[in-house]
Amino acid sequence: MANRAKIALIGNPNAGKSSLFNSLTGLRQKTGNFPGVTMDKLTGIWELEPGKEIEILDLPGIYSIYPKSLDEELVINILGNPNHEDYPDMAIVVADASNLKRNLLLFSQVRDLGIPTVLALNMIDVAENQGFVINSLKLARELNVEVIEINAKKGIGVNGLKLAVAQTLKNRFASNDALPLPVEDQLLKDIAAKFGETDPYRALLWLMEHDRMKMFTQAQREAFDGIMVKNHFFAKTYKSRETVKRYELLTEIVDRCVINLNRQWDDEPVKTWTDRLDKAFLHPILGYVIFLGILFIMFQAVFTWASVPMDGIDSLVAHINDYLKEVLPASKLTDLLTDGLIAGIGGVLIFVPQIAFLFLFISLLEETGYMSRVMFIMDKMMRRFGLNGKSVVPLISGVACAVPAIMSTRSIGSWKDRLITIMVTPLMSCSARLPIYTVLISLVVPEKNTLFGLFNLQGVALFALYLLGFFMALISAALMKKILKFNEKSYFIMELPTYKGPRFKHIAISILNSVKAFVFEAGKIIVAISIVLWVFASYGPGDSMTQAEQTVKQQYPSLRGIDLENKIAAQKLENSYAGHFGKIIEPVIKPIGYDWKIGIALITSFAAREVFVGTMSTIYSLGGETDDENATIKQRMRSEINPDTGKPMYDTALGFSLLIFYAFAMQCMSTLATTYRETKSWKYPVIQFAYMTTLAYVAALIVYQVLK
Amino acid sequence: MATLAELKVGDKAVIAGFTDELLSLKLLEMGCLPGTIVELTHTAPFGDPIALKVSGYTLSMRKEEASTINIRECKNI
Repeated sequence: MANRAKIALIGNPNAGKSSLFNSLTGLRQKTGNFPGVTMDKLTGIWELEPGKEIEILDLPGIYSIYPKSLDEELVINILGNPNHEDYPDMAIVVADASNLKRNLLLFSQVRDLGIPTVLALNMIDVAENQGFVINSLKLARELNVEVIEINAKKGIGVNGLKLAVAQTLKNRFASNDALPLPVEDQLLKDIAAKFGETDPYRALLWLMEHDRMKMFTQAQREAFDGIMVKNHFFAKTYKSRETVKRYELLTEIVDRCVINLNRQWDDEPVKTWTDRLDKAFLHPILGYVIFLGILFIMFQAVFTWASVPMDGIDSLVAHINDYLKEVLPASKLTDLLTDGLIAGIGGVLIFVPQIAFLFLFISLLEETGYMSRVMFIMDKMMRRFGLNGKSVVPLISGVACAVPAIMSTRSIGSWKDRLITIMVTPLMSCSARLPIYTVLISLVVPEKNTLFGLFNLQGVALFALYLLGFFMALISAALMKKILKFNEKSYFIMELPTYKGPRFKHIAISILNSVKAFVFEAGKIIVAISIVLWVFASYGPGDSMTQAEQTVKQQYPSLRGIDLENKIAAQKLENSYAGHFGKIIEPVIKPIGYDWKIGIALITSFAAREVFVGTMSTIYSLGGETDDENATIKQRMRSEINPDTGKPMYDTALGFSLLIFYAFAMQCMSTLATTYRETKSWKYPVIQFAYMTTLAYVAALIVYQVLK
Repeated sequence: MATLAELKVGDKAVIAGFTDELLSLKLLEMGCLPGTIVELTHTAPFGDPIALKVSGYTLSMRKEEASTINIRECKNI
């Protein structure tokens, strides 16, 4: 890592910044983050000339240097702080030529910060189709900056960009001049006296945005406040007036550099494809029908299509495990490797197909510009519940898996709305709950009954559980809206971008990065927990485990083979640490109808709920991985007798109590880890865990006590 | 004075000013400058939010936000 030059990519959302980033860096991206929408910084390597590599920093899309939400703060924290580790040597501002003035506003702010800047003019073809011809040479002269015409989608203009960047890196020419809207000299002098000599616009940025900039201490912030009071300087007023002034200057420049062909003959503006498509997509009825249709296809993909590779991964992992068990000497270490480690990795990999499909759909919808229409038609409905039109996407994704769903909340600008969305998304019934639902429903809901002779009652019950999760998410959101106090104002001032054809390379990279991040980031935690759980379920205090084996052999002298092994396994589990934990929590779970065996399942499925079924089969002396495993689990669970009452253990009350518990409880380490990553605080995953588990417990208690 | 929230689909108007200082900066940055012509192109089901054509692109906002934008009549150009 020799000292590579750093370049920041800056631009409006939808200006083609991420396309350019992808075409410059290809797969050489460092992702600690999930792209799709760049919400955190993303870095990649660009080979400027043979042997000369530079680092490119892709920053979140912004309309102005003044942040309006948390994710936008990142930009000033980097660009406003020359001592920041990511402070760039220069910037490339990507501008959408079809909306030149608005894009140049940001450019002029970045340039005035004193950062050497090159302007990459994208989507010139779109501008020309709309009747605007841009003289980019003249624009370059007027702005006193290198202007390069590019086509980010097709990767055209990269060579010109290389030259301009190499040139700028050499001469470090920053074309900022006087402040567009002058301030009193005294104000700048006061800032310089306290914080040292700096670029005037940067000094003003510090003064106005010091609260959002991490580089300042509390004392420094108070000093800034003092300077503002002393000089009667009002940040809000200055920002507004500055913006108007910049637009005035830019209008003059744009008028000189752009020829508008429309004005000469056009009365009626041209109906574009976007106008036509919006007629359908934003239609009061048809709009919803189309949206539901797309949702339907998406669920088909996630549940049906993804199950093929998922089964493949499942059996592959099982095969590897069996093979290793055969070739490796039987030992605790082998068990740890196979049942602990590889099973844990398998538990991570199994979700890869669903995550890939989800991200395929979500990035397709985002790429094409349809997603913002969904937000548009859903905003009013969601707002009643303290959510936001933009919350729709995570809630939908949550039915597959809360992990990518929570990641997709990054597109929600308002921190309050985003936080509420993150907090309630895990209430959506994810795919890991499906096997539990299936087993329990088949135990407590009769199969033959039909409602109005139309529906299978079990199917209705399953659907009801999904609805229950959705409504509980809405109700929780409405409550949080009342409780959470933030000063941040939620708004929905949002660009509806023109529809665009998807860039498949971009989508592929986005899916790849998401999957990679899921496997490595969430995977680390899942594997760690699996190993810990395996250890606790395989070892017990003292020699209790050896004793367990002898006890079983004495009690059931006639048992042989697999039955004996299963009995021993069950006895061992009871004597293991996990078994002891189950016994410890038994008093707590007694009121909701559970015994220590279910307690173990609750503990083991804390890390990932899908472990429930597996634990149940171990507890109820089941073994083998045959296809009719489910049927056997059902049979065994059905024949389990409650020792206190002498009646079947899994009656209606317990069954529904368990169903409700699993519907609401937060039993997913990966989700909690994702919430931590996305909120950057332990507070929220802790609250999330507490409120969901309390909700699950109380709901299960009510259900059990009423049905008992 | 009339506000943007009162427009109907197809109506055009000229932005005259803002009544909410906090929102006004965001609106200015998005190109809603005083003197700019806007056209209401779509309303979401239930009438909120709304979509406007402004300086060559489509901008959506809630009615509540639109009501902070004062407008004046747009003389036929």
